[in-house]
Amino acid sequence: MSVPILELKGVEKRFGGNQVLRGVDLDVASATSLVVIGGSGSGKSVMLKNALGLMIPDAGQILFDGQDVTRSQGKDRDRMRARIGMLFQSAALFDSLRVWENVAFRLVQVDRLRRKEAKARAIETLRKVRLGPDVADLYPAEISGGMQKRVGLARAIISQPELIFFDEPTTGLDPITADAINDLIVEQVEALGAATVSITHDMASARKIADEIAMLFEGKIIWRGAASDVDVSGNPYVEQFVQGLAEGPIQPGF
Amino acid sequence: MPLLLRPFQLLGSAVLGVLRALGHLVMFCGSVLWSAITPRWYFGEIGRQMVRIGFYSLPVVGLAAVFIGAALALNIYVGGARFNAEQFVPTIVVLGITRELGPVITGLMLAGRVSAGIAAEVGAMRVTEQIDALTTLSASPKRYLYAPRLIAAVLTLPLLVVVADIIGVAGGWLVGVNSLGFDSVVYLRNTLDFLEMSDVTAGLIKSGVFGAIIALMGCYYGDRSQAGATGVGRAATLSMVSAAVLVLASNYVLSTLFVEFGL
Ligand SMILES: Nc1ncnc2c1ncn2[C@@H]1O[C@H](COP(=O)(O)OP(=O)(O)OP(=O)(O)O)[C@@H](O)[C@H]1O
Ligand SMILES: [Mg+2]
Repeated sequence: MSVPILELKGVEKRFGGNQVLRGVDLDVASATSLVVIGGSGSGKSVMLKNALGLMIPDAGQILFDGQDVTRSQGKDRDRMRARIGMLFQSAALFDSLRVWENVAFRLVQVDRLRRKEAKARAIETLRKVRLGPDVADLYPAEISGGMQKRVGLARAIISQPELIFFDEPTTGLDPITADAINDLIVEQVEALGAATVSITHDMASARKIADEIAMLFEGKIIWRGAASDVDVSGNPYVEQFVQGLAEGPIQPGF
Repeated sequence: MPLLLRPFQLLGSAVLGVLRALGHLVMFCGSVLWSAITPRWYFGEIGRQMVRIGFYSLPVVGLAAVFIGAALALNIYVGGARFNAEQFVPTIVVLGITRELGPVITGLMLAGRVSAGIAAEVGAMRVTEQIDALTTLSASPKRYLYAPRLIAAVLTLPLLVVVADIIGVAGGWLVGVNSLGFDSVVYLRNTLDFLEMSDVTAGLIKSGVFGAIIALMGCYYGDRSQAGATGVGRAATLSMVSAAVLVLASNYVLSTLFVEFGL
């Protein structure tokens, strides 16, 4: 196997007395799709934020294409960030900007493309996520949650990143819309040839998106395997999670 | 640990906590200031914030100034009458307004309107992950969000204070002419005769500092705000209270310095 596009080595993170990550080891090969599952509060979002450089780990290393994410600075870091896309759990659209300005944010603000050109690119990208040009001039507050997720997806893919993170892409959507989002993710990721790391509770979504599945439990990756093996993992924790049972080795988190 | 030392331990950890918070605040303000004076500048954002902070504050500031000027004229008239010094009303009104009340009233009004507004906006952006999103899109929140607000506040507050000065003096003049029996021309001449450029300058320097305080407090508390509506509400309250207190404290410090340097 070639150099993995993303590599986490022994990543630890604590908040006060709450040790959330206890040595996460994970690697993602180019153009493959990894889904991380795990209970609420198990630290999935924290892991993602560390991988993105939004949080600094207490220990361990995070490498993007061989480069240390936590150490890189200035132009290097900007170049690295341009190769990474992110769809946030809440879509995180800028509510003071129009839909197209959100989608084209990096083009206008960072790459300093002319607005007209940027808008054309934004509309073209919106079409890829099945949104018409009429949506482009609306504000995020004027569109539904499912549409916001799609706009977020368009913003994540417009710069043709090599690695995309999805934080619970289908949470809060009805099953049909959720499935449409899954389809879009699979379709766009294939078109880009990008690697993806997705977090989800939603097993239907995981099965659809994933090449591989990993499970995070008590701050560590306790199982990893092909998506097709998730039902025959032989791991009692994974079995309990996949079948959604309250009975088992994992205690419900309340 | 002996029970006797327990109070010292508590005191020590409280002091450390305060020092840590202060350290955070100083680091934050320092790096936003640095972002404000070094490229790259987002001029579109700066312009938008100048309109929001400056232009839309005009009604509040104008209203506050006219009432303060009017009340000041009345009070000085009453006080001055005790030793036959009624004729000093215009002079004292204009000095009080340009050196002190214009900047302070503007600062306090904007601690409410602008500082709390920035804290609520930034706080909402923080809890909805918009600030994280900015970072992943290679736009530094300090440069894209905070520095433009700081620059806009520092530039527009002095302009607002000029307006407040003029309207405040006009308030005093209205009362002077209509209720206190001053001749309009005499009132205005007395106003201008004793006014020095340094009085106005002193007020303008103060107001630039107040602008920085107001914007920085809003950004700081917004940036740190905790999830949920209560978290954002708390950020707005904290920023307003600390901006108001710091405006008054720095007003005293600056006034002392101005006296020292004869401004
Ligand atoms: N900024 C923070 N400060 C303090 N604690 C935090 C912070 N972010 C996360 N935590 C804590 O880390 C733990 C893991 O949170 P995280 O958001 O990663 O969970 P998650 O696995 O994404 O859960 P969910 O599926 O519900 O989104 C929680 O106990 C949370 O309280
Ligand atoms: Mg999460």
